[in-house]
Amino acid sequence: MKNNNPHIMPEIDKSKGLEFGLYTLGDHLPNPHTGERIPASQRIKEIIEMAEYAEQAGIDTFQVGESHQDYFASQAHMIILSAIAQATKKIKIASGSTIISTSDPVRVFEDASTIDLISGGRMEVIAGRASRVGLYELLGYNLNDYEALFEEKFELLLNINENEYVNWSGEFREPLNNAHVIPRPENDENGLPIWRAVGGSMASAHKAGLAGVPMYQAHLGGPADAFKSRIDLYRQTAAEAGYDAEALPVATAGFFFTHEDTLEAYRKYYPHINEGMKKSNGQGFPKQGFAQGQDYRSVINVGDPELIIEKILYQHELFNHDRYIAQLDFGGVTLDDIKSNIDIIGEKILPAIKKYTKPQEEQ
Amino acid sequence: MKTVIISGSVVGSKTRKATTALKEKIELLNEHEIEYIDLKEYDMPFSDGRNYLDYGGSTTEALTKIMEADVVYIGTPIFQASIPGPLKNLFDLLPPDAFLNKTVSMIVTAGSLRHYLVPEQQLKPILSYMKANIVPGYVYILDQDFGTEGIENDDIMLRLNALVDNTFNNAEAHKTVLEKFDESFGF
Repeated sequence: MKNNNPHIMPEIDKSKGLEFGLYTLGDHLPNPHTGERIPASQRIKEIIEMAEYAEQAGIDTFQVGESHQDYFASQAHMIILSAIAQATKKIKIASGSTIISTSDPVRVFEDASTIDLISGGRMEVIAGRASRVGLYELLGYNLNDYEALFEEKFELLLNINENEYVNWSGEFREPLNNAHVIPRPENDENGLPIWRAVGGSMASAHKAGLAGVPMYQAHLGGPADAFKSRIDLYRQTAAEAGYDAEALPVATAGFFFTHEDTLEAYRKYYPHINEGMKKSNGQGFPKQGFAQGQDYRSVINVGDPELIIEKILYQHELFNHDRYIAQLDFGGVTLDDIKSNIDIIGEKILPAIKKYTKPQEEQ
Repeated sequence: MKTVIISGSVVGSKTRKATTALKEKIELLNEHEIEYIDLKEYDMPFSDGRNYLDYGGSTTEALTKIMEADVVYIGTPIFQASIPGPLKNLFDLLPPDAFLNKTVSMIVTAGSLRHYLVPEQQLKPILSYMKANIVPGYVYILDQDFGTEGIENDDIMLRLNALVDNTFNNAEAHKTVLEKFDESFGF
């Protein structure tokens, strides 16, 4: 059953245990504790600095998502990633999510591939559909084509990624006739690892399995167990489609904040999430649901380092995932708080979760 | 309190007249911030499931007023033993738990007493699903309660007074409970 996965997979060394990453959506929101919002220039520079700091702490990956809404500074997320590629040396970098539905896959590939060359082969792409839809109008697409746009453009992106010369025709752009798409990543496959981002939809997890592409599962709140069903469906679908499901990577992504004192972590982070979501999404985050993060079974990874280690290990037991990425900067978190989180991750959390998620024989 | 009054029909005038009478009563209290939304004044698109902030224009403005309210009064006529389509569409345009932590009250205009339980069986389940703190009683107003100028039945006027009292009283109590609940988390 080996080597029958058709697409380019990220290189994840399982012998080192669960990969740990950070991700930012590039939100640009006021700090609810002070009411102040830093200029966009400072926010973007702080994202780059966060990536450098994460690399120094030994964090495996750093990811920046695309958003065109108010209160975001990541419209041109590939350009931010390009700056991060230049500022760092070994941390993997990923665009996540890149909204492939409203972009030309040729341009997305050209940009990502160029970043791969600048970074020395560290680039990955995570393609998504966007939970918010203002960008359809902004970028000239029809929202009625929401599903069809994603499926067609995602398929084309994979096609370009796997073929230097592309013959293609579809509904949403002009055909490509033996089109030469360059530059190519300088690896054995001359392509990039491309993941499918999955939110709350079982159908989307199913499609990721059918295509045999690696899956990124985002989660906001609720019991970790509830997300297992989507990951199981993904693996089951992939296996039924004839792929080697065990070799298909799964990553999960969600809220994270740590402090030596659990309640203090909640006191600090909750206003960022609640006020930030009110502004960016039109609705706050219910406090009761957030407070349940103090239970190891909740997927909200907020608390003291010991609680977070327990949670991530529990999630790993459930999901057997390959990578976890933490969103710890949402809603105007100060650079000082971001750094103290990264310090704790590097000193306490990373060593523990690496140790306990290594295969038994490596421990 | 932040109060929104909705006239939930795009045709006719009785629901508008009834909600206008209600609005005047609340204005007299001089202690609440009132927004009046008459669906007749809007050209809202059908819901397609997007976030309410993404519709734009006057639709998002109206939806935002509702989302920011503490108290919502919903005025509705009865059509075909249910609420009118535009009012259902307004609910569809909002997020599933849009009425969480809001107190919601109803006034109903109808042509017949035969539909007295329609709000109970058609409107309340939607409000419950959307997590409203529902004021149990509603004011049910018939055609014959209206004169040329508006409501001309003292019984209805007194019932409206009672509804306003009950609604704000309920909302105040709910607010206290919520504050206590919020504090109980310790963060």
